[in-house]
Amino acid sequence: MKGGRNQVNLEQVQTESTTTLLRELVTHLRQHRTQLREEWAQRITEAKLLTVMTKEEIFAEATSVYDNYVEALETGTFEALQAYARNLSERIIPRGVQTDEVVGIVLLLRDVLARSLFGRYHADFDKLNRILDAYEPAANRIAITVAVGFVQERERTIREQQEAIRELSTPVLQVRERLLILPIIGVIDPHRARQLTEQLLRGIRTNRARVVVIDITGVAAMDSNVANHLVLTVEASRLLGATVIVTGLSPEIAQTLVNIGVDLTKMNTVGDLQGGIEEAERLLGYKVGPVEKVVPTE
Amino acid sequence: MAVPILKQGPYLIASVQSALTDAELLELRNALVLMVGKYRSRGVIVDVTAMDVMDSFASRTLRDIAHMIRLRGAETVIVGIQPEVAFTMVQLGLTLEGVATALDLEEGLTFLDRGVKKLGGHVGASG
Repeated sequence: MKGGRNQVNLEQVQTESTTTLLRELVTHLRQHRTQLREEWAQRITEAKLLTVMTKEEIFAEATSVYDNYVEALETGTFEALQAYARNLSERIIPRGVQTDEVVGIVLLLRDVLARSLFGRYHADFDKLNRILDAYEPAANRIAITVAVGFVQERERTIREQQEAIRELSTPVLQVRERLLILPIIGVIDPHRARQLTEQLLRGIRTNRARVVVIDITGVAAMDSNVANHLVLTVEASRLLGATVIVTGLSPEIAQTLVNIGVDLTKMNTVGDLQGGIEEAERLLGYKVGPVEKVVPTE
Repeated sequence: MAVPILKQGPYLIASVQSALTDAELLELRNALVLMVGKYRSRGVIVDVTAMDVMDSFASRTLRDIAHMIRLRGAETVIVGIQPEVAFTMVQLGLTLEGVATALDLEEGLTFLDRGVKKLGGHVGASG
């Protein structure tokens, strides 16, 4: 029954008077700004959202969100709100505010405002319906805008960090003529593994390396894909005429590799980086020892 | 002949100039196996720098060449495999088992000069 009438109303309303209704709505919200804002801030505190922020901060943010919210309702444009949402996210993400909190507060505001509309128009049910028809789509869109803005900002932060990590990730260093070391630290995902291989093979070529020491002391865990990739890298290096020595396999990785049955027969492993470099020097024919007769120690 | 084979002291150097057909690969194999006896060579270098593709037939033929030449009493080094080619090969499982490899012609010559036995540990090929 109600639904049916809604449908009919909706069409009329949208053609005739959505704008008028929204204007009336905005006027109402402006008039009761202080009261509604306080109610909202209080409900945020009650719902234990934004716990990392102080009461004053919440109130200040609530004020700006409220004003932006009303403005978005009034103008029907979301750019300003979007910009504000992004700006807000930038400020609060580093403080550990979660997505559910941001979505939560916007939905709370929506509820607070809807309640106040109920309070104001409950005598005139028909009008209330029309007001809500105008209010709800706009309010939903605002909620979506803010939530999306927040998530996008978060994703941007994550992307930037990934980029930074990737740049730091894989140096190929020459320690002696013909000897490269490749210290790997952190998690190896497939993308990084591929990048690592490319850099290593290119490094072998440009430095004319004959021995490469890959040190994985800083790698906490390794799955079978990455382990197999490592074996492939070792093989490919051999095709370029370089011997690979892998050093610093942690006990956990050693167990994992044996358990998942990676073929390690082709892999030359030495306990730690020092041992690896010594072995490499031996292969290359270097003889390293303390310089004699510099300081007579006796 | 598609692949020139040069005699350099006790070694033969086959320098592949372009991608080879299967027939040309077999021709190269036969020529090398023949010449290594004819010139009493001690080592053979196959330079594949110019090959930007290495399929299973090519890599199997290279392996065959190395094994046949070992039976003829000489050693073989494959040199100049490109980084990208190398990685593609191992992904396809074409690892040239038991074949010595080196970065380029110079390295290959050094390898042969040192004598394979002394360097057995380094190239780690005989597995």
